[in-house]
Amino acid sequence: MSEMKKRWIALYVENDVGVLAKVSGLFSGKSYNLQSLTVGTTEDETVSRMTISVESDDITFEQIKKQLNRMVEVIKVIDLTNVPLRLKELMFVKIMELNETQMTEVFQIAQAMRVDVVDIGIGSVMLECRRTEQKHDDLIAILKKKFKHISVVRGGSVAIESISTECR
Amino acid sequence: MDITGRKLFVKALEEEGVDTIFGYPGGTVTDLFDELYKTDSINLILPRHEQGLIHEAEGYAKSTGRVGVCLVTSGPGATNIITGLADAHYDSIPLVCFTGQVPLGLIGNDAFQEVDIVGMTRSITKYGVTVRRREDLGKIIKMAFYIAQTGKPGPVLIDIPKDIQTASGSAEYPSHVDIRGYKPIHGVHIGQLKKAYKMLKSAKKPLILAGGGVNISHAGEKLKKFMEKENVPVVTTIMGKGAVPTTHPLYIGNCGMHGKYAANMAVMECDLLFSIGTRFNDRITGDLNEFAPHAQIVHIDVDTASISRNVVVDVPVVADAGVALEKLLEWAEKKDTAKWQEQIHRWEKENPLAMRRDHGISPQMIMEHINAQFPHSIYVTDVGQHQMWATQYLELDEQSQLITSGGLGTMGFGFPAAIGAKIANPKKPVVCITGDGGFQMNIQEMATAVTQGTGITICLLNNNYLGMVRQMQELFYGKRYSATCLRRRPSCPGGCKGPNDQCPEYVPDFVKLAESYGAYGIRVEKEEDIDAAFAEAKKHTDAPTIIEFMIATDELVLPMVKSGNPMSEMILK
Repeated sequence: MSEMKKRWIALYVENDVGVLAKVSGLFSGKSYNLQSLTVGTTEDETVSRMTISVESDDITFEQIKKQLNRMVEVIKVIDLTNVPLRLKELMFVKIMELNETQMTEVFQIAQAMRVDVVDIGIGSVMLECRRTEQKHDDLIAILKKKFKHISVVRGGSVAIESISTECR
Repeated sequence: MDITGRKLFVKALEEEGVDTIFGYPGGTVTDLFDELYKTDSINLILPRHEQGLIHEAEGYAKSTGRVGVCLVTSGPGATNIITGLADAHYDSIPLVCFTGQVPLGLIGNDAFQEVDIVGMTRSITKYGVTVRRREDLGKIIKMAFYIAQTGKPGPVLIDIPKDIQTASGSAEYPSHVDIRGYKPIHGVHIGQLKKAYKMLKSAKKPLILAGGGVNISHAGEKLKKFMEKENVPVVTTIMGKGAVPTTHPLYIGNCGMHGKYAANMAVMECDLLFSIGTRFNDRITGDLNEFAPHAQIVHIDVDTASISRNVVVDVPVVADAGVALEKLLEWAEKKDTAKWQEQIHRWEKENPLAMRRDHGISPQMIMEHINAQFPHSIYVTDVGQHQMWATQYLELDEQSQLITSGGLGTMGFGFPAAIGAKIANPKKPVVCITGDGGFQMNIQEMATAVTQGTGITICLLNNNYLGMVRQMQELFYGKRYSATCLRRRPSCPGGCKGPNDQCPEYVPDFVKLAESYGAYGIRVEKEEDIDAAFAEAKKHTDAPTIIEFMIATDELVLPMVKSGNPMSEMILK
């Protein structure tokens, strides 16, 4: 068995009722390890594009792609695992009950991690983050260590093949 | 001119050439039934339960290769067909099932007889959809018939809200449909197939494994020619049984959990397994690490997702069995496999399929008499021990067919499926082989069989137990017969090991049961009475005949490989 690793799929599907349930149901029904799934319409409003990440070995991943492909509602499956990508997640983090020193610290962290402070109150700061899931994981880890009261909402990744760059 | 949805529904069925529909009415489909009442071109069959209904449609579809059509109401009508949908999904049976639905405006309100049937069946249908706009109705029905019978066939569910049925809209029923996400494979990759064939050429101990895909694509004749031209022995799965005549010298038998010793040994020892139309189910492979350990594996299948899922193969070929065999036939030339065949014959002699004959009627005898008395027939089995005996001992030729629930193993399948097969093939003898357990799971279909005048012969092997589970309890669970005795009652002693003179004689009395329906019932307890019973059953062409064979409780299906063990570890005695 090959190693478990994180893989990415872009999925073009019919923009119809029940398609999201069918795709997500495949992952639960067959015990595939779904890590994130985002969906939205494309330039063609009858078509939605999903960005899916899974943790799996090679054989399971092949099977996942085949299973997706055989669904009538699935128009196209693209394996993004080894493709140059633009890959971003949207995340908001609220940090609350901060004293003056801690407020300063949050600002420093935000600057260092290249995320934006978008809202602020007495003892509270809100961060808007548009980086990769991995970077966001790192940020949450730091914030959790430093502050007691944080609230996180994450949107899952969206990805698109790069035009020229190799970066993620 | 615009027409109502219900009119378009019947028009669509007529244009699809549907001659038979299995339907059970109810609140949300009365409009459709009212419309069917007005047409003469479609034979409407009323079963007695929706589970029976869908198995009847499966039997119809399996025996004709055409789409079986079901129509049931919303709520319980719809949920009652779920088992059949799963069965058809596993065994690739083309069905189009229409379910009624509450009016669009009531969906989501927990209305009377409302269920989200499309949601419930998403993982067991090839495609399922609720019609939400009247103008989509024609296109959706067209899609359903196309999807159900192309590629790897399967069940499609169309849920039609009541108000869509009465709404007016275009009268047009499209003549073709283009689905951007569904492109069944028609051809075959020649390079890949050549690679597979070269492997076959260079093999010393080649073996063809034929699955249900060969039967579905009606490629049996081609397979027979190919194995003969190439001189390569063949084993089948139970779904593949009958793909080549079972009496053919190159045919070894079924492999798998209850396969023939020689067939399983051939799989274990071959150096090339040339498999066509099988998904390498665990009942075929046993322990995957020990499956065909010396063989390179070629796998031809129309479903890409079946390839390299359970067994990692050396040469995958995505193609319909018939298309691939057609091409292979162009290349085929005789191989010298004499030594390999000798080895296989030695295995056959070492451990032939055989049951004891000193113990009243043995299941083997029953199958042998069926072979002699009902040649060129459609044999339909239920699920359990009798099913395995049928797959072991029935002889099939080009004019006969075995219909059985292989993937899902649905008890209750056999009898209604036999009714469906008979309705589709009124001139052909249909023999239903069933057990006392499975028969009772859809026993109400006796009424359907009688009212439809289906003269099928039901061979009911009665051992008073749920025999297959009882067998596992005998072999692996210290003879603790938990809930497998069908005559057991609260007054029975705990730890009972088998029938004794305190047992009630019949629960139920199947002969009386048959008579109560206006059908025929015969009980057979001695071998010498078998042929007379069959002769009488053949005379009854107007209603079914139940022949109840009283067999010993402790008959086992052998050989047996314990689930998860390697196929070489067969229990033989």
